[in-house]
Amino acid sequence: MDAAQLPGDGMVSVTVDARAVVASVVDPEIPVLTIEDLGVLRGVETEGDRVIVRITPTYSGCPAMRQIEDDISAALVKEGFTDHEIVVVHNPAWSTEWMNDRARQKLEEFGIAPPTAVEEVLCPRCQEPGPRMIARFGSTACKALMVCSSCGEPFDYFKELR
Amino acid sequence: MTEGVVSGAPQGTPAPDPGDRLTFLLAHADDNMVLSQRLGEWVSNAPELELDIALGNTALDHLGVARALYTYAGEVEARGRDEDDLAMFRNEREFTNLLLVEQPNGDFAHTMARQLFLDAYQLLLWDDLSHSDDVRLAGIAAKALKEARYHFRFSSGWMIRLGDGTEESHRRAQTGVEHLWRFTSEMFEGATAGYRESWAQTVTGVLEEATLTMPTDPYQRSGGRSGFHTEHLGSLLAEMQWMQRSYPGMEW
Repeated sequence: MDAAQLPGDGMVSVTVDARAVVASVVDPEIPVLTIEDLGVLRGVETEGDRVIVRITPTYSGCPAMRQIEDDISAALVKEGFTDHEIVVVHNPAWSTEWMNDRARQKLEEFGIAPPTAVEEVLCPRCQEPGPRMIARFGSTACKALMVCSSCGEPFDYFKELR
Repeated sequence: MTEGVVSGAPQGTPAPDPGDRLTFLLAHADDNMVLSQRLGEWVSNAPELELDIALGNTALDHLGVARALYTYAGEVEARGRDEDDLAMFRNEREFTNLLLVEQPNGDFAHTMARQLFLDAYQLLLWDDLSHSDDVRLAGIAAKALKEARYHFRFSSGWMIRLGDGTEESHRRAQTGVEHLWRFTSEMFEGATAGYRESWAQTVTGVLEEATLTMPTDPYQRSGGRSGFHTEHLGSLLAEMQWMQRSYPGMEW
């Protein structure tokens, strides 16, 4: 299948059940977020009994992609969707703008500053502005490390990517 | 799908022959694969933990791009070879990466000089390809472009810090720039010839701010795109491919 094909081309409508199953799969590195919250899930379609799931990586080399594929597969099989295919698409490129408000709130509660311009980042602990960037590359490809200038708490910042 | 590979080049880059698409994809897949392997050698060896992570992350981005390009190349080739076959079961003479990316890491300044040269090039390349009529390639390039911007911020930032730092860091950064200079012209062979001027502008800007001197040495090495490599690629591939060659198809 052409991975560049846009969702919905020549396919029947989305099966709500299969979609709900896939959408509930969580990110292995930020388990408070589902792959739907993150914008990694790009579509779920069915062709007869076959479920086709499209996902896109946050970063090209994101090592969690394989785990996400396995988790989707396991979730589908558990609900009886044994015939399925997972397609990795690169177009359009993932953007943090695809992250929904619920995801941003959950990130903040988890102690990770949600994606925004670097100058606008607030400390997820005390809400003070003006944290300092310690390392542009953080614990995962999608995060950088900052420290709050007010309370001194070091925290992960989910890098803005447009 | 139109088969033109390079389009929308601001400098009027000519589109390569459609028949060369596989060659083009493999060359750029190899650039990213080999550089990823080199950067990966820094893991657990970088001067600071943060740099260790940064270089590891950058390596992963390049690996991701290589995987996407190899997968696509395998489909274009239509001989049933997948990304692993193309990365692990081709020999040194079949790799067409730039000589620049296979050069040993040297010290951190040397690695940053190599990264700066390559990042400045890939910024132009991915921007150009993101406008390609080939939507598959355009998608890979658009993603890679976002990552290349981040890599460039890192490599240019470090070159400025090292060049405009202590006497010792300046010396090392200048040495790296001079040593790697001979591998830069190769980036502008063929379809990417039009990038040279913009590339030189970007690099000059960074080196000036870094108080470093842009080399003028006309001596240049070439051959990577035809599979003629420096002595360093062979040992890199031996290490990278050993496991799959010894235990074909193994997974873990």
